[in-house]
Amino acid sequence: LNIYGCLSCPGVLMGPHICKDCLRGQIMAGSSQDDFRVPAVENGYGEGDNSIPLMPWFGMDIGGTLSKLVYFEPKDITPDEADTEAEVLKNIRRYLTKNSAYGKTGHRDTHLQMDNVIIRGRRGTLHFIRFPTSEMGNFLLLAKLKGMATLVTTVSATGGGAYKFEENFRKTLNMKNNIEVLNSNMKYEVRCMLYIETNNPSECYYWANPTEDERCEKRFYDFSEPYPFLIVNIGSGVSVLAVYGPGNYKRISGTSLGGGTFLGLCCLLTGCNTFEEAIDLATGGDNTRVDKLVRDIYGGDYERFGLPGDLVASSFGQMNSKEKRARVTKEDLARATLVTITNNIGSIARMCALNEKIERVVFVGNFLRVNPISMKLLAHAMDYWSRGTLKALFLEHEGYFGAVGCLLEYNTYRYSHS
Amino acid sequence: MDTKSHPKSIKLPDTVEVFGNLKNAKRFAIDIGGSLTKIAYYSTVSHRRVFYEAEKENGKSPSSEEDNLVYEVSEGARLHFIKFETKYIESCLDFVRVNLVNTREKMLGKVIKATGGGAYKYTELLQQKLGLSVDKEDEMSCLIKGCNFLLKNISDEAFMFQRHGNPEYKFQNADPNIFPYLLVNIGSGVSIMKCDSYERIGGTATGGGTFWGLGSLLTKAKGFDELLELAEKGDHRNVDMLVRDIYGGDYKTLGLPGDLIASSFGKAMHNHKDHTQFSEADLARSLLFTISNDVGQVASLYAMMHKLNKVYFGGYFLRNHPLSMHTVSFSINYWSKGQVQALFLRHEGYLGAIGAFLKGAEEYDADKYSWLENYAGSSGLRSPIPTQVLSEQGVPVDQLEIDRWESAVTYCPLLLDPANYVPDTVDLTQDTEAREYWLQLFEEILDKFAVRAIQSQPHSDTAKERAQKFKEKSISRLHYLKHQPFAFDPYLVQKQMDNDKALGLLAKRLEYLDGLEWCTRQETLISSVLAGNMFDWGAREVADLMENTDFGFNEARSKIQARPWLVDGLDEWIDRLKGPPHKCAAIFIDNSGMDFVLGILPFARELLQRGTKVILCANSAPALNDVTYLELVVILKQAATVCQIIHESLNKGTLLAMETAQGGPSLDLSRLNLDLAKAMSSHEVDLLVLEGMGRALHTNLLAKFTCECLKLAVIKNRWLATRLGGDTFSVLCKYERPNEVKGGESLKLKICPVPCTKETTKIHI
Repeated sequence: LNIYGCLSCPGVLMGPHICKDCLRGQIMAGSSQDDFRVPAVENGYGEGDNSIPLMPWFGMDIGGTLSKLVYFEPKDITPDEADTEAEVLKNIRRYLTKNSAYGKTGHRDTHLQMDNVIIRGRRGTLHFIRFPTSEMGNFLLLAKLKGMATLVTTVSATGGGAYKFEENFRKTLNMKNNIEVLNSNMKYEVRCMLYIETNNPSECYYWANPTEDERCEKRFYDFSEPYPFLIVNIGSGVSVLAVYGPGNYKRISGTSLGGGTFLGLCCLLTGCNTFEEAIDLATGGDNTRVDKLVRDIYGGDYERFGLPGDLVASSFGQMNSKEKRARVTKEDLARATLVTITNNIGSIARMCALNEKIERVVFVGNFLRVNPISMKLLAHAMDYWSRGTLKALFLEHEGYFGAVGCLLEYNTYRYSHS
Repeated sequence: MDTKSHPKSIKLPDTVEVFGNLKNAKRFAIDIGGSLTKIAYYSTVSHRRVFYEAEKENGKSPSSEEDNLVYEVSEGARLHFIKFETKYIESCLDFVRVNLVNTREKMLGKVIKATGGGAYKYTELLQQKLGLSVDKEDEMSCLIKGCNFLLKNISDEAFMFQRHGNPEYKFQNADPNIFPYLLVNIGSGVSIMKCDSYERIGGTATGGGTFWGLGSLLTKAKGFDELLELAEKGDHRNVDMLVRDIYGGDYKTLGLPGDLIASSFGKAMHNHKDHTQFSEADLARSLLFTISNDVGQVASLYAMMHKLNKVYFGGYFLRNHPLSMHTVSFSINYWSKGQVQALFLRHEGYLGAIGAFLKGAEEYDADKYSWLENYAGSSGLRSPIPTQVLSEQGVPVDQLEIDRWESAVTYCPLLLDPANYVPDTVDLTQDTEAREYWLQLFEEILDKFAVRAIQSQPHSDTAKERAQKFKEKSISRLHYLKHQPFAFDPYLVQKQMDNDKALGLLAKRLEYLDGLEWCTRQETLISSVLAGNMFDWGAREVADLMENTDFGFNEARSKIQARPWLVDGLDEWIDRLKGPPHKCAAIFIDNSGMDFVLGILPFARELLQRGTKVILCANSAPALNDVTYLELVVILKQAATVCQIIHESLNKGTLLAMETAQGGPSLDLSRLNLDLAKAMSSHEVDLLVLEGMGRALHTNLLAKFTCECLKLAVIKNRWLATRLGGDTFSVLCKYERPNEVKGGESLKLKICPVPCTKETTKIHI
């Protein structure tokens, strides 16, 4: 087992952590290219080399709730190569690329698919697949069934689950060699984010007029001059990372009130079962029937302090009344939960940005998947409370940076040890 | 010396009057919160100070004169605060209205200051019930005003909390320099204010209302307190996703323990059809942690943003609830990496009411006076939920009384480092061993005190009952007699007898002393002060002797330790006396009788003869057999008839009697009578004499001064003597020059064996 780099797990840990401590890890990894802005072909990923790992290329990020799998499908297969390609490899490729659902719970996010990317000199397509971490057992069985064990000697994985399931991988897939736990050095995530951004010019966007339903729209954001910026990764929990320049970043904060809290509370309060269900419920709900607003207390705006009347003063503040509990719907409760968690993340992110004197805040993580309500709330909160000085940015591949990072680093790692 | 115990053990006996002194109420303020309402009012109370009788009618024994005692009646100000659940507001207002009969007319047309969310809702009710017009005050500014007032005035108001720590509660002294700080008010929502200016810098909607609201949805608990009780019993690990749930164990590389919460409520999200698998207690605890952690984190972010290192918490959420305070403290410490300190307030629930009251009472000039908590009339530390019952209505209430000191107080001008001055030598809040010993002793000595009290008022039918009540109350809060002007002085008669006896011996004693050779005389004068200091009704060991034997001055001299003393600075002192005389000496005196008359007076007389002015500093209010200022004046007058030097010095103004504004056996030089402090400056005091265990040992032993200081005491307590490395009646004679640390360090080490164990613990950590 080789673990290197800073072992902070995105979206999971509450603890502040300074990644500078992990220079050792970078040296061990032997990667000196810390300027993430270099186009993929020139940055060392693209060079043809004898040490290029054998196909298939995967990257995995096993989070507390969701597992993310990124698969590189080569599109430049020469006829010669096709002839020598193992049948198992073809089957795997066919299975992954022809389906968009795997079993009951696995999904391929086809809208995120990235075509025509070049990795390690190979041109191809990146596929983005996710399944609940609770299905890890089934996933491993499926992988075994598809013959992975015969092909793959190393799995490059990150996220807290990479530790937890290491033994399961070994046993189920009968791997003789290493399981690489690239335990989510934030570096990979940052690098990967910029890699994707470079390859996909429309990756980064913001919400214009987030509070006005009709005028609200997504707009692309030119992130070619990125530094400094803040990454807020919202998974089960939340991690906040400040990136000051190439290779210069630290984990500055986090909170345990994250996507897991939203879904957990929603399941308890509404009886729903999935994130999608919870988001659907929230979309149809009204949190002002659950929360106590400034105007509920002061009769209007609290002018002395410039607090608008429709601001939430106390999340769930009305729910101590039996009568009011009887009147709210599941939808209202789901919405209130979503607003509570989102606002809290927003306020922590905003203060982190102020403390670090950083103006751009990039929100990523699977909490934002199919969740425009939260994105708009965050966009509005950043803008409103900073009087326009802070900008909330979002990325199309919000939840997959850890996994792509693994896919890319996989190579670098093997370099240094071969 | 303050004494604290675990707050849970404090319970107020039923005999305490609720809505005390309502008939004299002058002005009202009210803070109506969502769940609790606080009424504040101001009243005047008559303090009786007994005049010491200089001339007695012949033939009457002192004990029969109780009825003829002359009292000085002074009008004192008292602030009353009553807290009850908002749902009882009507009954409580009715109670106030009925009991205001005397002053109702006067109240008509006046204003009641109201604050809190309910101020709007109940405006009409207030007007209708009390006939007062309602003046609404901004909630936040009331909170800040109230907080400032408490921090400046109430000793031990703020404390740090460390669960299972020793001590669990670390109290902070009252301090005029409180700014800047962050005030985090956790009500339904959370408001965060920066206090040096008055500025709301932020807040969060995740607060007490969220805990209550979500808790009501997730459990069947009725009300906030049931939720807290549930949380006490629960285990959040069944609900929260922990680091170990994700990593499979501790995350050692990052130094993260496996039980750290990674995602609050994270375990509740995995396709559970059946929610009953989560116990309500577990959910409540998880919720409590979620909110407390979050508030702590947000508060520490704001504190760091504004570069403040002190955060005080107010509002109804915490209620001095240990688990919540622990979580908030932990969170603040964690996120600020120890840079920010979480502090809690004993009277957090009263901030708004105090502030509202002060807003309407600017003419009373609260800032100008010093205020003291009247422990006798206040509920204890942990009283989030009103526990007393308003008699007829059956409404549970909780109360706080704060008295105004009659004189302004300030720091002693001779303190070397006033900002860091801590009077107490051993902090009972931190030294468990010492605390247990003293609390036990106080309880025992209360019996004696009560007996004396009854004897001092033989004609009073209620004396016995009152003494009994006093005893109960005192024991119940284990709070020693430090506080407060009781309307009578139980030792008055005893003191009078002792003084008369001693004055009878004075002339002979002075003659004897004058006959001694200079050097021997100086030595004898100091040892006489020490022998006199044996006469202390507050010391159990001596009280027994005095009660059971014919204990005289010579017996006392034979009891005390032979030289060299435990701390022996006598030779240095005598060397000093060979030099030029001091300009002025301030002597803080201790006991009546032998102590003052045969010990201190001859010593002071010697100084006067050297050309040194002498200010004798006595307590303002009685405590045991300590000399009070009023007595001092009389004794000096009597002594002047015996001694010409004293007579002349009094006339010339070179011998002064002044009061300290203290009312206990110890001496807190940060609360010294302003006039005395001024006199010390204007007379250029260059010698400070602190006499007795309370003034020189329990307090001020480690205090450093800008002038010379002589600390004299006999250690009359076996436990303490042993702890200091001596026997009972060991002698402390410590002579210090400014910028000189003599013997203090080694003594300090001996005094506190506890820090040594603390150090050991530190190493283990």
